[in-house]
Amino acid sequence: MSKKYDAGVKEYRDTYWTPDYVPLDTDLLACFKCTGQEGVPKEEVAAAVAAESSTGTWSTVWSELLTDLDFYKGRCYRIEDVPGDKESFYAFIAYPLDLFEEGSITNVLTSLVGNVFGFKALRHLRLEDLRFPIAFIKTCYGPPNGICVERDRMNKYGRPLLGCTIKPKLGLSGKNYGRVVYECLRGGLDFTKDDENINSQPFQRWQNRFEFVADAIKLSEQETGERKGHYLNVTANTPEEMYERAEFAKELGMPIIMHDFITGGFTANTGLSKWCRKNGMLLHIHRAMHAVIDRHPKHGIHFRVLAKCLRLSGGDQLHTGTVVGKLEGDRQTTLGYIDQLRESFVPEDRSRGNFFDQDWGSMPGVFAVASGGIHVWHMPALVAIFGDDSVLQFGGGTHGHPWGSAAGAAANRVALEACVKARNAGREIEKESRDILMEAGKHSPELAIALETWKEIKFEFDTVDKLDVQN
Amino acid sequence: MPFQSTVGDYKTVATLETFGFLPPMTQDEIYDQIAYIIAQGWSPLIEHVHPSNSMATYWSYWKLPFFGEKDLNVVVNELEGCHRAYPDHHVRIVGYDAYTQSQGACFVVFEGR
Repeated sequence: MSKKYDAGVKEYRDTYWTPDYVPLDTDLLACFKCTGQEGVPKEEVAAAVAAESSTGTWSTVWSELLTDLDFYKGRCYRIEDVPGDKESFYAFIAYPLDLFEEGSITNVLTSLVGNVFGFKALRHLRLEDLRFPIAFIKTCYGPPNGICVERDRMNKYGRPLLGCTIKPKLGLSGKNYGRVVYECLRGGLDFTKDDENINSQPFQRWQNRFEFVADAIKLSEQETGERKGHYLNVTANTPEEMYERAEFAKELGMPIIMHDFITGGFTANTGLSKWCRKNGMLLHIHRAMHAVIDRHPKHGIHFRVLAKCLRLSGGDQLHTGTVVGKLEGDRQTTLGYIDQLRESFVPEDRSRGNFFDQDWGSMPGVFAVASGGIHVWHMPALVAIFGDDSVLQFGGGTHGHPWGSAAGAAANRVALEACVKARNAGREIEKESRDILMEAGKHSPELAIALETWKEIKFEFDTVDKLDVQN
Repeated sequence: MPFQSTVGDYKTVATLETFGFLPPMTQDEIYDQIAYIIAQGWSPLIEHVHPSNSMATYWSYWKLPFFGEKDLNVVVNELEGCHRAYPDHHVRIVGYDAYTQSQGACFVVFEGR
């Protein structure tokens, strides 16, 4: 059924607002929080977003009649109010599967958020959630190893993993850096971590860091009898350099490397992930620059979308925030996107910020990494909230121990194991936090000192979540 | 800083992964952990190894995994049986999860010499 060429500018909603459309299982579904300009009807704004993120342009063009635009267009099929917010609304948009190159997260993001965010009819736009069809998920590589293979390689079961970022962030020589790594690992941690901005600076070239860290790992493994790792940062200024660093890590027999997936970019990240699976290397992912994109409640991309994209692009561990302490108000949201990283099916649940049922099929899971401002007193809450498939990282909470990093590491390890043991035995670890930690401290002078050092933390035994009105 | 301490020395210890940093468990405490394995729906399995090979990927199975075993006493008897048969070996209990093909729990019950 051919249409006639009808030159001119049509309203977007004539073509792209389709409230009767039932999304297909193969469609990519997006939920955008839209804040339109005054006086522009919601349907027109939503339709404009659908058009400008798929096939549309501001004028009809003759060439669109060479194809069947109805087959390819994105369409807005539902508009919803945002609870407690009069100026914004949710637009649900469906995109046909064939708009996207198989396995390319880069392409999905370029298509959906590459163009439309600067659109004048919008004051703000935020991509809240994205439902990837299983048909697309099956084309993606995903985590190079995943949670189970990581446990098998590191031989660690039945508990969260423990890590620590090496501090100071910058300025140490290679050998001194390796010293700090050695201290943390000999004290009982599983992993230590390069800070995200450690690449290859004049005070410490990457080769030196890699060599001394490799020494530290071998030594601490021999002495403790347990497998150890250090996330060697391979983020670099060109992909070639990145692969060169990854290859050297492999030559040294290192088990794990790390990448900053946002500053490095999805193309680099997906390539690196494929390399990691091929070369038997674990991949830790840092989310440097995420807050530039995800922090504003009305503009940008919610972190849950970035987390989903990372799982598809590839990574074995991803930073997710710590929930406790300063981030108390975001507990439900964080739990929602941690599920997206680890589970094989996540149901729609607006109270956790998940707007769609998401089927991950057989894609391996990603460890949730809690890092930033936590110490021993947080341990029971962290174990209760994050569960075993997590990596708990204490930077200041390890190095800041009065007896040094090895003692700090031991303190954290004792606290963690005491919490896991208590949880398994049926105790309510958040309520009995104090008792569990103090009991454990009796057998560990390192822990006792740590508890004394950081004792000003107050507990809320029955956590009171703020009513999350937004989502 | 209100609390002053003199710096102590931390002595590196060789440990056997989960619970290695806690004092040896009492019999009741071990029973609680086995009960947890069973309650989670995991299959108990017992492994042992000579201490010189403790970092190996595979420890020897004691018999076979006790698939679907729900009786705590059976597990305890088997643990003791393995320990008697290999008095100088490490003996550990594992909670095997067939859904993830991973281990939900894993810790050493008897430490070898």
